[in-house]
Amino acid sequence: MSSAVIINFAYIASALAFVFGLKMLGSPATARKGNALSAIGMLLAIVVTLLDQQILTFTWIAVAVLIGSVIGVLTARLVAMTSMPEMVALFNGFGGAASLLVGWAALFGGEASSFVAITIVLSVLIGGVTLSGSLIAWAKLSEKMPGKAITFKGQAFVNGLIVLTLVLNAIWFVQQPVGDSVYLYAVIGVSLVFGIMLVIPIGGADMPVVISLLNSYSGLAACAAGFVLNNNLLIVSGALVGASGIILTNIMCKAMNRSLANVLFSGFKAVKTSTA
Amino acid sequence: MTPELQQIVYLSFILMLAIFLGFELIAKVPATLHTPLMSGSNAISGITLVGALVSAGAEQTAMATWLGAAAVTLATINVVGGYLVTDRMLAMFKKKSSGGAQ
Repeated sequence: MSSAVIINFAYIASALAFVFGLKMLGSPATARKGNALSAIGMLLAIVVTLLDQQILTFTWIAVAVLIGSVIGVLTARLVAMTSMPEMVALFNGFGGAASLLVGWAALFGGEASSFVAITIVLSVLIGGVTLSGSLIAWAKLSEKMPGKAITFKGQAFVNGLIVLTLVLNAIWFVQQPVGDSVYLYAVIGVSLVFGIMLVIPIGGADMPVVISLLNSYSGLAACAAGFVLNNNLLIVSGALVGASGIILTNIMCKAMNRSLANVLFSGFKAVKTSTA
Repeated sequence: MTPELQQIVYLSFILMLAIFLGFELIAKVPATLHTPLMSGSNAISGITLVGALVSAGAEQTAMATWLGAAAVTLATINVVGGYLVTDRMLAMFKKKSSGGAQ
């Protein structure tokens, strides 16, 4: 059996572990086991990926995994119970950043087709928004910046301009997808600004809902990275997190007697109410 | 159909089914489990690590290796930290509920 076959069969087992893990996380009696099951699925996926024949050198992988594990274990152990939500936001931001970098790195693997270029733009864009949005959510919750909603006149206009810039640069990049494309740099920069703009108009009490939404985005970013790399497991797990994250966000909104749209577009609404 | 187009259709099928499954998985979740569930699924989104590993080890260009290594570091923090934090939250939750039963 070739390594690709072994890897893909193991990926099916990992995907199953994620599905059942998520299901079990939804009920108090099985939640802890569910989390452990999903962690086992992740470990399996990582171990079999190391069999990939495209991987020629393990030096940087070993160094990076070691650094990441030490930081991950220390922060997870040392953080105070009360500051868990902002820790989740921070981890989530790192996940988004990783998807951004994976999409970008894929550009150096040879010529990219238009489809691959579009998926690269998506993973970079969603990853960037997740990164900066999560950092703002973390800063707000840990009181590194004022927790209340920040709004200003013409915010909707500025956001519109940002979206337009993103779309234009994305289109220009797709026409000539190379690693050092200025348009890609523009997409990275502007998506980071966009993430900030999406989260600053949202006030402290809504922050857990926003983190849940950003969690859903980080899943979508991983899903886009899966399309870039042609990797089924990334697509399935990313889509699972993206979809279940949206549902969880909705449930959390309902628990607060708010609608999802109300939180999603609260920036624009806040401007309206402040000018009215 | 070109092979690439076939691949796109096939991947889109997987995407569609996974999205539907994700919608269906989360139904009635008690409010106390909202944060652990969010944290647990956040750890799963660190799956992008699998992609990062290949970028970091494929020896394409120096730039790709650097980007890949940075991605591996960040994704590992997401995965390791995410699962451990979730476990800590759930451990506390279990203690609380058994305390309430006594």
